[in-house]
Amino acid sequence: MDFTSLIDNLGSHTVDGLTKGAIYALVALGYTLVYGVLRLINFAHSEVFMVGTWTVFGVYAVFNATAASGVGTVILATSVALIAATLASAGTALAVERIAYRPLRKKNAPPLIFLITAIGCSLVLVELFGHVFRQFFGPPFGRALVSIPTLIDTKVLFTVGGVSITNIQLIVIFGAVLMMVLLDLFVNYSRLGRGVRAVAQDPDTAALMGVNQDRVIMLVFVLGGAMAGVAAMLYTLRYDITKFDIGFLIGVKAFTAAVLGGIGNLRGALVGGLLLGVVEVYSSTLFSSNWEDVTAFVVLIAVLMFRPTGILGESLGKARA
Amino acid sequence: MSTTLLDRYATARKALADNWANGPIWVKLPIVLALISFCFYLPYLNILPFAQIRTDLGAGGTDWSSVLFLIVIYMIAAVGLNVVIGLAGLLDLGYVGFYALGAYSVALFGSPSSPVTEAIARKFDLSEGWAVPFAACIPIAIAFALVAGVILGAPTLRLRGDYLAIVTMGFGEIIRIILRNSEFTGGPSGVIGIPKPPGPEQDGRDYFNSLDVHRWYWLALIVLILLMFAVRRLEHSRVGRSWLAIREDEDAAAIMGVPAFKFKLWAFAIGAALGAIAGLLFASKQGVVEPNGFRLNLSFLFVAMVVIGGSGNMVGVLIGAFLITYLPERFRGFEQWRPFAFGVALVAVMVLRPQGLVPNRRRAKEFEDRRHEAKEAAADV
Repeated sequence: MDFTSLIDNLGSHTVDGLTKGAIYALVALGYTLVYGVLRLINFAHSEVFMVGTWTVFGVYAVFNATAASGVGTVILATSVALIAATLASAGTALAVERIAYRPLRKKNAPPLIFLITAIGCSLVLVELFGHVFRQFFGPPFGRALVSIPTLIDTKVLFTVGGVSITNIQLIVIFGAVLMMVLLDLFVNYSRLGRGVRAVAQDPDTAALMGVNQDRVIMLVFVLGGAMAGVAAMLYTLRYDITKFDIGFLIGVKAFTAAVLGGIGNLRGALVGGLLLGVVEVYSSTLFSSNWEDVTAFVVLIAVLMFRPTGILGESLGKARA
Repeated sequence: MSTTLLDRYATARKALADNWANGPIWVKLPIVLALISFCFYLPYLNILPFAQIRTDLGAGGTDWSSVLFLIVIYMIAAVGLNVVIGLAGLLDLGYVGFYALGAYSVALFGSPSSPVTEAIARKFDLSEGWAVPFAACIPIAIAFALVAGVILGAPTLRLRGDYLAIVTMGFGEIIRIILRNSEFTGGPSGVIGIPKPPGPEQDGRDYFNSLDVHRWYWLALIVLILLMFAVRRLEHSRVGRSWLAIREDEDAAAIMGVPAFKFKLWAFAIGAALGAIAGLLFASKQGVVEPNGFRLNLSFLFVAMVVIGGSGNMVGVLIGAFLITYLPERFRGFEQWRPFAFGVALVAVMVLRPQGLVPNRRRAKEFEDRRHEAKEAAADV
């Protein structure tokens, strides 16, 4: 127990935690959206995120962007990477839906079957990057850690009350919150968003009112995937690495964040993500970084025991403006 | 093409299963006994066309008896997990945690060089090299697993099924991280000097040694048969019927007076105990344990065995465990492809044949019912 180091650096730990939490929150949106509409935990969502990080890596490689590149290349590479990661993640999420979930929905399979196919998909995606692609294309695919070039150097932008805030932290937190606001506006104020909320509230009635269920479900997967893609971009900016099994822990933590905030609740994902990030950084300072990954699991079990509906309560249908 | 092949397989399998279910006992008993004897004979199998199934024919193959042993160990684990998934209908993704508990129980209490036995020996002034005998480690392992099953189950079994899956997965990881980070478990390097079962000395060696692996296989096989018998009795008892009722409709079962929570907890604890027995045997044969041997992938492997084989059906589960353990060993070079192949197989089996290759009769009916409902609902619209 190292209280002094926690208290002394409380500010910087908090900002650190918020940065982490912002990424969790973005990934958590994918779980929450799908859960809100289908009452189903999309286990393969963590791999959707993983595909995003590899896409960023690929785009950087295509543009030959390294730490030494000029400003023009950096801006071009990062913006193309952002778009590509979003598209790749959304596409992966959509593919998972089409291959693994839709045939089961048509058969009215019990919920556990969905979970098992999702695990299958998740294994397939992990192994594609961990083994299969290596067989065909060789390194960098494989089971080793891959480092992604640092295009934007970490610089301290300003200092508030002894806490220095870096440009990366600012980009990550700001980017994540921006995406959340956009998604929230989309779901609450657009025509398609109304369809999403309608299906979340009552699928049968929504179908009677002329909402195309299949299309809404596809939309939900695409939206969740896109958020994971943005999260992947922010993650690579912050940590400069990727790995074939990078998704697993992030996925579990994001899921914890979603449950913590109230699964099915978009704003809950933000609250849960930020909170979890901060708690995690605090606890890893208090104990040791060896135990960092246990925190999320302990938080998850505690929340499910004492308040299974999360902080803000679960419901996508009722979360109207 | 694929559907017709699948249909043909389904009809043939069903005919066989019906014949078997209606067959007289004087036909079935000899067949079962012959099969069991054949299993005991397997390590010596050397008659040519059949010997092709051995894994150590080519250079660099794995020792055939070791493969058989591993298959049986995984079969024990799969039979245990089948109680949880197949009979009670709870998806447990942290089964490797119980397997690890069993392995570490025998390691920590049975090995003279483990931190736990050393601490006990120091505390009570026992002689150097003191350790709990192997036979006493078995109840310890089972007790630990039962307690762990109840501790994990009590808060989580009230949750919805999909939450349960994630929480158990977390539990499996927590166990591994605790094993890796704690002093008393030997940290990342694990524990060595795990005791072996006692037995009469032969040719100047212990009965169970690292050279005569077929004896380990026989031991595991006997344990498997005993456990299968016990689980079968449970399945056809009041407990088993309660599990079935809970699996099909928990609310209806509760209304009919089935204490759902209690029986779910029982399923969890019994599954945990079987997993621990598998882990214990495995650790005892290996002689060493280390935390990285108990990764989450192993949990998915166990789930894949149960689900691909046909959850709820003992024969199905055995076939699942056999296929998943044996195929990568027989076809070397394929080993690295194993997780990928599982992923594909999981998706394919669930989409094409959600009841598994060799389904449980009742479960197959449940699936058929649900599919029918979906069709009717679609026709109504």
